[in-house]
Amino acid sequence: MANQVQYIFDQENLRKSAPQKFKSEDLKREEMIINIGPQHPSTHGVLRLEVLAKGEEVIEVVPHLGYLHRCFEKHAEKLPYNQIIPFVDRMDYLAAMNTEHAYAMGVERMLGIDKIIPKRVEYIRVLVAELNRLASHFIALGSYGMDIGAVTAFFWMTRDREHIVRLLEWASGARMLYNYIWVGGLFYDLPVGFEERCLEFTTYLKPKIKELERVVIDNKIFIDRTANVGVLPVDLAINYGITGPMLRGSGLKYDLRKVDGYSVYPEIDFDIPVGKGEAGTLGDCWDRTWVRVQECYESVKIIEQCLEKLTGEHKRTRDFDPRALAPKKIRPKAQDFYIRAENPKGETGFFFRADGRSDVPFRCKARGASFVNLSIINELSKGGLISDLIAVIGSIDIVLGEVDR
Amino acid sequence: MYAFLFFLNFVLIYTIFAVYAERKISAFIQDRYGPMETGPYGLLQTVADLLKLLQKEDIVPLAADKRIFKVAPLIIFTSVFAGFAVLPLTSDFGGSQIETGIFYLLAIVSLDVIGILMAGWGSNSKYALLGAMRSVAQIISYEIPLGLSVVCVIMVSQSLNLQEIVYQQGIFINAIDPNAQNFLFGIKALGIETTHIGGFLTWNIFRIPFFFLAYLIFFIASLAEANRAPFDIPIAESELVAGFHVEYSGFRWAMIMLSEYGMMLLISFLGAILFWGGWNTPLPNIGSVALADWTSGEPGTIAGHLWGAFWLVSKALLTVGLQIWIRWTYPRLRLDQLMNLSWKYLTPGAIILVLVSALWRLLMI
Repeated sequence: MANQVQYIFDQENLRKSAPQKFKSEDLKREEMIINIGPQHPSTHGVLRLEVLAKGEEVIEVVPHLGYLHRCFEKHAEKLPYNQIIPFVDRMDYLAAMNTEHAYAMGVERMLGIDKIIPKRVEYIRVLVAELNRLASHFIALGSYGMDIGAVTAFFWMTRDREHIVRLLEWASGARMLYNYIWVGGLFYDLPVGFEERCLEFTTYLKPKIKELERVVIDNKIFIDRTANVGVLPVDLAINYGITGPMLRGSGLKYDLRKVDGYSVYPEIDFDIPVGKGEAGTLGDCWDRTWVRVQECYESVKIIEQCLEKLTGEHKRTRDFDPRALAPKKIRPKAQDFYIRAENPKGETGFFFRADGRSDVPFRCKARGASFVNLSIINELSKGGLISDLIAVIGSIDIVLGEVDR
Repeated sequence: MYAFLFFLNFVLIYTIFAVYAERKISAFIQDRYGPMETGPYGLLQTVADLLKLLQKEDIVPLAADKRIFKVAPLIIFTSVFAGFAVLPLTSDFGGSQIETGIFYLLAIVSLDVIGILMAGWGSNSKYALLGAMRSVAQIISYEIPLGLSVVCVIMVSQSLNLQEIVYQQGIFINAIDPNAQNFLFGIKALGIETTHIGGFLTWNIFRIPFFFLAYLIFFIASLAEANRAPFDIPIAESELVAGFHVEYSGFRWAMIMLSEYGMMLLISFLGAILFWGGWNTPLPNIGSVALADWTSGEPGTIAGHLWGAFWLVSKALLTVGLQIWIRWTYPRLRLDQLMNLSWKYLTPGAIILVLVSALWRLLMI
């Protein structure tokens, strides 16, 4: 198994990753190549788009990736399972807790200890993951507002995100890249007073989301800009493997938190908002944004239920040690294993191949939701204007750390 | 000559404070402080920025058409600043009181399109070119509703002279025409004379009630004319990075920003003069409480100059504040929606208003 060839070199592969797909000699009359990115205000990082345009009209979009490639998978092949977690953080750096949660859950299932994890640990994991989902959606909504031209939305959203980031910093010591969820447990228990402060935050937050909805989402100009733009039919979405708010925006009620029912999500009561095409066509940019806003409400609901459990049934006790089950040596049996979980962007998955002899995975392949979701950009934006292309990029909500890994 | 020196300094100082105000207002809207470090409350921030801009290297891209690239900011600024030449700041202070003031102003301001096109074309950059094309399309299509809403005022005032239009809107109406009279809502048949009451009652926007609509069209079109949000698609930051001035740096860039803010001020001045009574006081004479007389000096006296400048500048700056407020509140329109708004709503609306003004004029005489 170890000697199998994983990648076959071929001259053709080089051509596929050439820096330029179109050549200026091949252009037809009135066509031009516009290079958007990697340093562009609205490509959300170091994404480069090669746009074949006819005046303002987009004919084809070719995304070029790799500006943020940090060899996650290669690193993972050289590190013990528990030391990979900080690298996992750096994939989707806006929602590190969610990715950590998925990763830790996968390793635990390989070890077969997932059933004996204490309930308090599971509730804390869901709590921090949902807090981070809120933070990620805030950045998505805020920067989308900025793409459309409403700069104020971004500042409002970062203002509210700051509270979450401080809460998570209090719990884990870091603002963005936490390394908080460990295989078999947690870094630490929640700090004393966290639950109360968190509850204060949720009461503060609900009117703020409403305010955002009123000022940005229901704004006439915002609706004009996003409704009927970048329409994604549900069958196309499934064919491309789109997941997360994008798929739900197209009207399919598919959320891994319900479908797989991992962790303690089955014990929690929450809804899966799906797009209804209220402003325009089903599956347009506005629907995707609306789904994200509704998910914020659902996350608040989940957080409140977690807090109730954490202060009631699974109260903090003096002798509770969240690290008690964390194994010293992680050595799963030889197996192939795939774990998936619902990230704010979509389905985040890890494929492990364990050889059973070492505590280092033989292979750890990550499935990034942003990467898969980005693949549809050409379908969504061709035929539109350049302004629509910007609206589409924002509504996909990519994080380049996860695209390039 | 005095007016030239005055307006040149006024526009420069105003721009410094307008940039500061823009940053502070946007900061308050967005729950932050804005500039706080340079000077008390960050007051000197713009001065520091200006000094930095002056020291910057004047970069001309290799592929640019150098002569066009270099002269474009000058043309933009000149055309905007030339507009100030006919503004009546007070009852007898202003650059020139030519009979065709409005016509001159609208004509000279349209020239800045040429400067913008030169800047975009000469940069030899795709972003700049797209920005310039958008800008030209936008400004030309918005000039029509703008011009038509101005025509409404001209029809009622029967004059192209800005100073005369202002005189008609206040208590000094008899200074230019001894027999002129103002009536409530301009309707002579009502018989309620407001000639000596003055104040806001004789401002065009109150004198002819439907001018609220005309002013609305004027204001929206003026936002587009000044490339301000929500009509800032030529410089759309998230799409074209900076649009037609993406290749500019240092002082040339500062010139373009100066003319953008100058345009905001000019168009606010024009709106105040045409609709909000120019340098006339907003307070009416109520019987023996002669508020209008107390808050405005006789034309030609020092008090007249001071009161007039005070009222007009306050009105203009309030409008500028409104423009800033709008910029940080609304998202940006798309190019085709912008054209829709202009050609499907504003232009037909303005044409109807011109017709109504003609009929209203019949009621006034």
